Amino acid sequence: MPTTASPRPDLPRRLPALTALAALALPGLTLAEEAATPVLNTGDTAWMLVATVLVLFMTIPGLALFYGGMVRTKNVLSVLMQCFAITGLISVLWVIYGYSLVFDTSGMEKGVVNWHSFVGGLDKAFLAGLKPDSLSYAIPESVFIVFQMTFAIITPALIVGAFAERMKFSAMLLFMGLWFTLVYAPIAHMVWSGDGGLLWDWGVLDFAGGTVVHINAGVAGLVAALVLGKRKGYPTTAMPPHNLGYTLIGASMLWVGWFGFNAGSAVAANGTAGMAMLVTQIATATAALGWMFAEWALHRKPSVLGIASGAVAGLVAITPASGTAGPAGALVIGLVAGVVCFFASTSLKRRLGYDDSLDVFGVHAVGGIVGALLTGVFAAPLLGGFGTVTDIVGQVWIQAKGVGFTILYTAVVSLVLLKLIDWTIGLRVTPDEETEGLDLALHNERGYNL
Amino acid sequence: MKMVMAIIKPFKLDDVREALSEVGVTGVTVTEVKGFGRQKGHTELYRGAEYVVDFLPKIKLEVAVTSDQLDRVVEAIQTAANSNKIGDGKIFVYELERVMRIRTGELDGDAL
Repeated sequence: MPTTASPRPDLPRRLPALTALAALALPGLTLAEEAATPVLNTGDTAWMLVATVLVLFMTIPGLALFYGGMVRTKNVLSVLMQCFAITGLISVLWVIYGYSLVFDTSGMEKGVVNWHSFVGGLDKAFLAGLKPDSLSYAIPESVFIVFQMTFAIITPALIVGAFAERMKFSAMLLFMGLWFTLVYAPIAHMVWSGDGGLLWDWGVLDFAGGTVVHINAGVAGLVAALVLGKRKGYPTTAMPPHNLGYTLIGASMLWVGWFGFNAGSAVAANGTAGMAMLVTQIATATAALGWMFAEWALHRKPSVLGIASGAVAGLVAITPASGTAGPAGALVIGLVAGVVCFFASTSLKRRLGYDDSLDVFGVHAVGGIVGALLTGVFAAPLLGGFGTVTDIVGQVWIQAKGVGFTILYTAVVSLVLLKLIDWTIGLRVTPDEETEGLDLALHNERGYNL
Repeated sequence: MKMVMAIIKPFKLDDVREALSEVGVTGVTVTEVKGFGRQKGHTELYRGAEYVVDFLPKIKLEVAVTSDQLDRVVEAIQTAANSNKIGDGKIFVYELERVMRIRTGELDGDAL
């Protein structure tokens, strides 16, 4: 039952607290009247202001450094620039129409599949109707808008890792604008907008964005890596990360920021937020160790890049489960994610031969799928979860349908967008520019003037 | 006059500089270089992608000496740079035709 598991729509999970507050303040009101009037909660608001900042910090500089350290010296600025530019672009698009496409619920009805099951309307375009005292749940709507904006920012920014070191900046910007509009917004709407949303009505559990953010970006990344082709010289030329210190710092920022992502997805300072924080820490630590030990056993030495990648894999996998899994579930999800993503980013990637430069697919799509499926398992109270799942097999099937739909949708639309851009302005830099490095070729700057 | 050129392990540089001072050498040129010999390179592994690094960092020393200093200088470098492991480097000696100190125009022995 998504209504208890996911933070977005309706308010049943929050009702006891709200009615209690309202009853204190206005003892004469009937229960129905109390429930109809949301009340601002300053504690929730304070936490959500902080959570919002934490999630923005995940992209700039967290993700930017995580990726920036993994590319070669000549391309470090291009990656930082892409993450920063996406932050600007998506913020603006979010205000103009993005928020409306995701969270406008006009025309939606539970169980009814219509146009608005797939994408929101434009009633909230340019944030129409927003006032200082507008509320979402028990927090100002303005805070909710920015909180959700930071999710919309990091999702396309994740894709950057897949085509790093070879995509034109102009093509990147165009692709991100279109992808946000035609992939992110509809998927987020279908999963999070509440009754009437397609995947929401199916009963898909996705607390903080396993399907919406990670599978979505990871699959788009794989498609982008395939359409653009391998980097010049891959895999025969050495392309080692130029600064793993950056990468570890970035991974650490992602880890810290992710508490805003997962615990913030409760949209309240309550027990669900606290439990999300706890399971996030557990799964991340377990996955970091899982990857490290798997690598140690198979490649003889534990590596910094390995343990950092494992931590991110764990963060990804616990994301959809963070509102429903218990501590035991988090241990299992973390361990499975760490080991499975290790294989996906090493053996599987080499066997298939695609050049997903920084393993967006191996970590985010694979970790996201592991997490989305196991969410259905560990939401069950029988296995220490806090969801309302009693039929584990049935819930896993629902999760699998959500995963399958997301993969199919994002793969097809991403492919069409990339091909269109390739035929019009071209996706890829020239071989000379690629050899020179994108920093000098596209930005007239160098990362290091030593 | 001879030019002594030595390739040594980077961490031996301070020992060699000291040993050279003790045998009366007053000037040395040092360059960071890369190369390989019998030590070969090493492998690096990033997310399963293995790279063989052929060229290892070394230090190149150049010392201009008078012919009668030569044996002591070569021996000093050999002793100081020796760690008894493969990869300690090599010493090359060749003829030096002329030396001039730029500031004064002094030549050869006077310039060293």
